[in-house]
Amino acid sequence: MSEGVIELTDITKVYQTGDVALRALDGVSLHVDAGEFIAIMGSSGSGKSTLMNIIGCLDRPTTGTYVLAGRRVSGMSRGELARIRNRVLGFVFQQFNLLARTTALENVELPLEYGGVGARGRRERATHALERVGLANRMHHHPNQLSGGQQQRVAIARAIVNEPKVILADEPTGALDSRTSVDVMAIFQGLWRSGITVVLVTHEAEVAEFASRVVQVKDGRIVSDRRQSPKRAEPGQAAEVTA
Amino acid sequence: MNPILTLRVALRAILRNKLRAFLTTLGIVIGVGAVIAMMAIGAGAKAQVEQTFAAMGTNILIILPGSTSSGGVKGGYGSMPTLTWDDLAAIRTEVPAVKSAAPSLRSSLPVVSEDQNWTTGVTGTSPEYFDIRNWPIALGGAFSQADVDGGAKVIVLGQTVVDKIYGPNADPVGQMVRVGSTPFTVVGVVARKGQSATGQDYDDAAFIPFTTFAQKVQGGLGKFLQGQIMVEAVSSEATSRAQTDITALLRDRHHVAAGEDDDFSIRNLSEIADARQQGTQTMTLLLASVAAVSLLVGGIGIMNIMLVSVTERTREIGIRMAVGAEPHHILTQFLIEALSLSVAGGLIGVAFGVGTATWLAQRFHWPVLVQPDVIAVSVGFSGLVGIVFGIYPARKASQLDPIDALRFE
Repeated sequence: MSEGVIELTDITKVYQTGDVALRALDGVSLHVDAGEFIAIMGSSGSGKSTLMNIIGCLDRPTTGTYVLAGRRVSGMSRGELARIRNRVLGFVFQQFNLLARTTALENVELPLEYGGVGARGRRERATHALERVGLANRMHHHPNQLSGGQQQRVAIARAIVNEPKVILADEPTGALDSRTSVDVMAIFQGLWRSGITVVLVTHEAEVAEFASRVVQVKDGRIVSDRRQSPKRAEPGQAAEVTA
Repeated sequence: MNPILTLRVALRAILRNKLRAFLTTLGIVIGVGAVIAMMAIGAGAKAQVEQTFAAMGTNILIILPGSTSSGGVKGGYGSMPTLTWDDLAAIRTEVPAVKSAAPSLRSSLPVVSEDQNWTTGVTGTSPEYFDIRNWPIALGGAFSQADVDGGAKVIVLGQTVVDKIYGPNADPVGQMVRVGSTPFTVVGVVARKGQSATGQDYDDAAFIPFTTFAQKVQGGLGKFLQGQIMVEAVSSEATSRAQTDITALLRDRHHVAAGEDDDFSIRNLSEIADARQQGTQTMTLLLASVAAVSLLVGGIGIMNIMLVSVTERTREIGIRMAVGAEPHHILTQFLIEALSLSVAGGLIGVAFGVGTATWLAQRFHWPVLVQPDVIAVSVGFSGLVGIVFGIYPARKASQLDPIDALRFE
């Protein structure tokens, strides 16, 4: 087995509230190779969000080791984790999480600002990222002037602008209608085909069909792990992602 | 994240709530404005006091001859001549803090023209006297050192004397007057100086060379200087040093043993000026404490609004953290925001204070002096207030957990 881009070994996460200890993750080991499109499924309370947060370096495991892209991230400081999130990871959230009253272009530039990229470099790369998700003509719009699908595509552009190894998508279609959902999934498939590892967290089976591997989480453990041939997302009006 | 970008983000956040930002800075505006206005008024008043004393001569020492020092009854200063002409020469040459010195021999004598007479204080002195008293000549000129050396019969009159014997605005230069029975040529008139603090008319005076005075009034120029010595120090700061040095010099020259009283007395005009300035200083201190309280209240206002801002923007902080903002980035951003608020308040306060001071100056004809260093200190201090009161909210923001922040509704 080659070294994967994500190596989780025996991860536990315990939340201590008063005398009650809640075991959100209970010995999870997961190996994800570069270039996989993995869907993590589970009902609410299954621990999939906690797993997602740990993979996304937003949270630290109680025990266990996590190696991301060859770097042992369990035990890193908050600042170091922030740098990893900036350079190795890209996030897409259910609620888009764009900065209000800030143009699409400036939203996409945000990770580059913290990465210390100069003004001209930021503009070029952000413009290119927006072109990749088919929003070249909406660059100077504010989020409230964009539809849900367009907002989510801005968020995807923001996630890929720093050329991450892994994209983490937490219920990315949860706030979108089914037509737009397929468009967004088509973009993820395009990114996956261009070589980026995609980790998708969802509770919808239809959405998981677009992934190449499906992992089921229940009560803080992985209960099933299977590979599948992904269903191809046929984009509607949204433009196909160009590499 | 570079500083300019951080500042831009901070300013944008502030400008999103213009009214709130303005109200927040109001405490700082009022504090700084009050400081600037009050300091301008205080400095103006101080400058006026200094000017008044400068008219008298701030760095002047007056040396009086001693009392009958030994044995029983003390005759009071000036009752016995102890100062010699050699003492004057020694003060001029041996004390570095002394700029110049002049004798002042006084007597009340009638000054008589062809048809009028007026009894006034006639002073026998040397040409340095007019510089020491900071007293310009309005008409003609002062007598010269040559006049002193030759015992010339020349006189410089005060304005009141001119008014009394020639009438207002007359030009008596070249006229003859008699002092006692001796005829003098009027060579100059000193500028009007007005009244002293005690109501004494400075302009009721006349001046002649001390050699002439000694011969014609005191019956000859002896060893002792029968009058006072006026000394000008090189600067007002050097005045007390001059006083110490002259005391040491005269004690040595007069062979006064250690422990014995001086056989002379030195009066220092700047001591009186200092007493006046202490009043001003108390006032300034009072104003400074009012300003400090105002800045404190302003600072609390800023802290309050920054805490509100952190709460409102929790989700934004979460987003920024998710895409790679490190805790120190968030800390800096909120600190810069607090700093921008307080410095903006400070700058508005400066404008407000200068405006108020200028208006007061025009409206009430108060002397007002806006000092650049006060402006710099005020703005710097308001910046400090921003940092001190901004650090807690900024730390709170930077310590947020990214997951909680992202989930915040």
